[in-house]
Parts: sequence; C-alpha cells; structure tokens
Amino acid sequence: MPRLSRLFATALFLVFCSHLLPRAVRAQENPYIVTYDQFLEEPRNLEIEYFSTYGTQRGGNDFHAFWLEFEYGATAWWTTEFYLDAQTTFHDSTVSTGFRWENRFRPLKREHFINPVLYVEYEHVNGADKILKEIEGHDVESDFLTPNAEARREINNELELKLILGSNFKGWNISENFLFVKNLAGEPWEFGYAVGASRPLALKASAKRCNFCPQNFVAGVEMYGGLGDTSSFGLNETSQYLAPVLVWNMPSGWTLRASPTFGLNGNSHQFMIRWGIAKEISGFGDMVKKVFRDRS
Amino acid sequence: MKSCLISARIFALIFVVSLCFAQNQPETEKPARDTSHDYSELTKAPEKARVRANPFQNDPDAVVAGQFLFENHCAECHGDSGVGGKKGPSLRATEVQDATPGTLFWLLTSGVARKGMPVWSKLPEAQRWQLVRYLKSLGPKKDINTEKP
Repeated sequence: MPRLSRLFATALFLVFCSHLLPRAVRAQENPYIVTYDQFLEEPRNLEIEYFSTYGTQRGGNDFHAFWLEFEYGATAWWTTEFYLDAQTTFHDSTVSTGFRWENRFRPLKREHFINPVLYVEYEHVNGADKILKEIEGHDVESDFLTPNAEARREINNELELKLILGSNFKGWNISENFLFVKNLAGEPWEFGYAVGASRPLALKASAKRCNFCPQNFVAGVEMYGGLGDTSSFGLNETSQYLAPVLVWNMPSGWTLRASPTFGLNGNSHQFMIRWGIAKEISGFGDMVKKVFRDRS
Repeated sequence: MKSCLISARIFALIFVVSLCFAQNQPETEKPARDTSHDYSELTKAPEKARVRANPFQNDPDAVVAGQFLFENHCAECHGDSGVGGKKGPSLRATEVQDATPGTLFWLLTSGVARKGMPVWSKLPEAQRWQLVRYLKSLGPKKDINTEKP
C-alpha cells in the first residue's frame, strides 16, 4: 500500500472514530495555517488535524505535502502537539518526511493587551520535507528541486523556538511569531517570522442554531518568511509569502481552513493552495484515564 | 526512521481505537463529589472591570445566544445547565450569581489558567457578554456537587 494511501487511510480512520465520541465541542479557531495565536487547546481536549499543501515548483515537479497533527491540552497553560509529515512530488514519489513534537506554554496568568506564549519544538525531518509549516533562514524554492530519493537521505534534527505574541482588539486578533531554529548538527541559528490578523465575520452570536451564521466564519490574512541566519540576517535570499485565510468553525466540532498562498519574491513558490480539516474531541484526557483505570 | 514512523502511527491508531471502545461502555460512575470549589478568583476582579455594565442586558436574544455559546464551550466542564461537572464548579452557586456582570466578564476573559479554566478571550467581546447574560439568567440552584448523599 503506498504511503500516501496509508496516511490518508489513517486520517479517515481517525475521523471515523471521532464520530463515535460523544460530545463534540465547537472549536473557536483562528484561521491561520502558519501563524500561531496566543490561545492554547482547552485542558484535556484533543484536536486531530489534517493539513494539505499543494505547491507549484518552477524548474521541477509540483508537490502535495500533508501532515497530521495531534494537539492536546495538557493544562490550561500548556499544549503539546505531535506531527507526522509526508509529501508527494508529482512524477517522483511519495515519502514520509519525519515527525515533530511541539509544546506551547502560556507564562502569564492573566489576559493582557499583548499575550506571550513560548514555543519549543523538536523536529526530526529529512531533506524531502515540504510542508512549509514555517519558513526560516534562507529557505528558498530551489531547495525543493532535489529528487526525493536523494533529499530524504539528509536527516535534520532541529530545535525550534518561537516567541508568540497575540492581542485582541475590537474583534480583531493580531498575532506575531518570531522564529529561532537551530540545526543540532552545529549549523548557525536561523530566523523567521509570521504575522497574522483575523476577525470573525460577525462578533455577536446568533440566537439561532446554524452552520452558516457569520460568527462561525473567521477571515484574515497572514504573512510569513525567512529572516536569514546569524551570519547573514535580513531578507536577502529568503522566501516570503502572503496568504488570505478563512476558517469555518462548525457547531458539530469540525473546523475547515483554506488559504491560497502567494509568493512575494523570486525565491518563493509562486502559488500554493493550503487547506485543513480538524475535529476537537472533548475530554480526551479523561477517556484515557478511564481506559487505564478500567484495566487496572 | 521508517520503523519509528510506522510504530508511531500504529500507536496512534491503537490509542484511538481503545478510546472508541472505552467511550461506548455505559457510564456507571457518579460525578465525583468535590466540595472544595474555590470561587475566590471572583474577588480578584479589578474595580474597573467589576463595575462594567453588560451591553446586552436588555437584549432579549442574548440569553438564547448565550445558551448556545454555553453549550458549545462551557457545558463540557460546568455541566449542561451550569450546575457543575467533573472539572468545573457550579455556575449557579451564590458566589457566581451574586457577582456583577463585569466580574464574570473579567473572569471569562482572563481565565484561571493555574486552576484549569482557559482564557476565553478567543470569543469576541460581544459573545462573552452574551454568555454572561445567560449565566446571570440561570439563577441560583443548589450545587449537585455539594448535595448530601
């Protein structure tokens, strides 16, 4: 069974299982695909997410990168998340590209005008990784020209740190991420950024149960890119992207995101289409406890 | 690397299947009786927040809209009609019902992260006020978690 099919089957299976779970919690997500906001997962809830990126490639084959996320609210101030990544390069092959484990911590007890969140991630990915979940250093489009068989031989163990700042103002969410990445093989620190702004289409909730009420939709825009590394900080030889984003938070607990993404300079992929589907499972932590308690 | 990824996927699948089966078993346990709910956070609201009036106080739709919001976001912890659940205290307790709308709005906005209450500023301000309007409409009721057996 090809890897792509296996991963899709896994995703579909998880989606199927989520139907068996009793209480759907309506997620209230911002629409960003790359930018993080200041909000964490609710305690003991699990969100299962599937994301997909179709990207154009000048001088090579277009690609479809996809990943699964398991996001768990360990506490109200700590969210942990596990990713599995893969990609298909057309006319080449489908390969797994690695895994990531991230943690986000909210250090301040109260809500402020600017709310910081600290982000720590370990990545074990190979050189064929194309999910573009973050852009760092001098990542450019031409890096993706290497055939999968050759690219996947390069293994990267990276530590990624982010400072996430988020604010809410008159219904708008404004989020800024500052990215610091260290390849543990001894390469220099690389830098990147992501910024986003979004707003629900309606701020007031409707007094009717509805899927298509405007308050269920959040629209916005995000921009992200690399900022070089310690030896050459700045925008030179970096890729930059601008992306309108839209999310539909359905009352059933499903969340759909979509984002056409445009490269802003010659080093960027000219166009990508990104989308994702997510389902939040309420009380996952309690269910796990129950499984183990019943066995003991 | 390959075996590691396959193992991780198998583990994830087993985990979810276990949960599905676990969830389909009938719930026989009664909610834990916890008489130690702490409402002291309500007293920490700054004066400026405490005196804020609810702009939806006279909006007849706000209670219904707030109820839908409550069902979607709050009932999981605080019980279906705010009487308290395994994770969250009763919102029909005197401490909550006697609190000013501004105090409840402040608590919703700030959360009590160290005690498991998330920040709800992800909901627009208008929706948080609608929630407060619904909470205040519930009125006091004896907390099921503090009832004698």
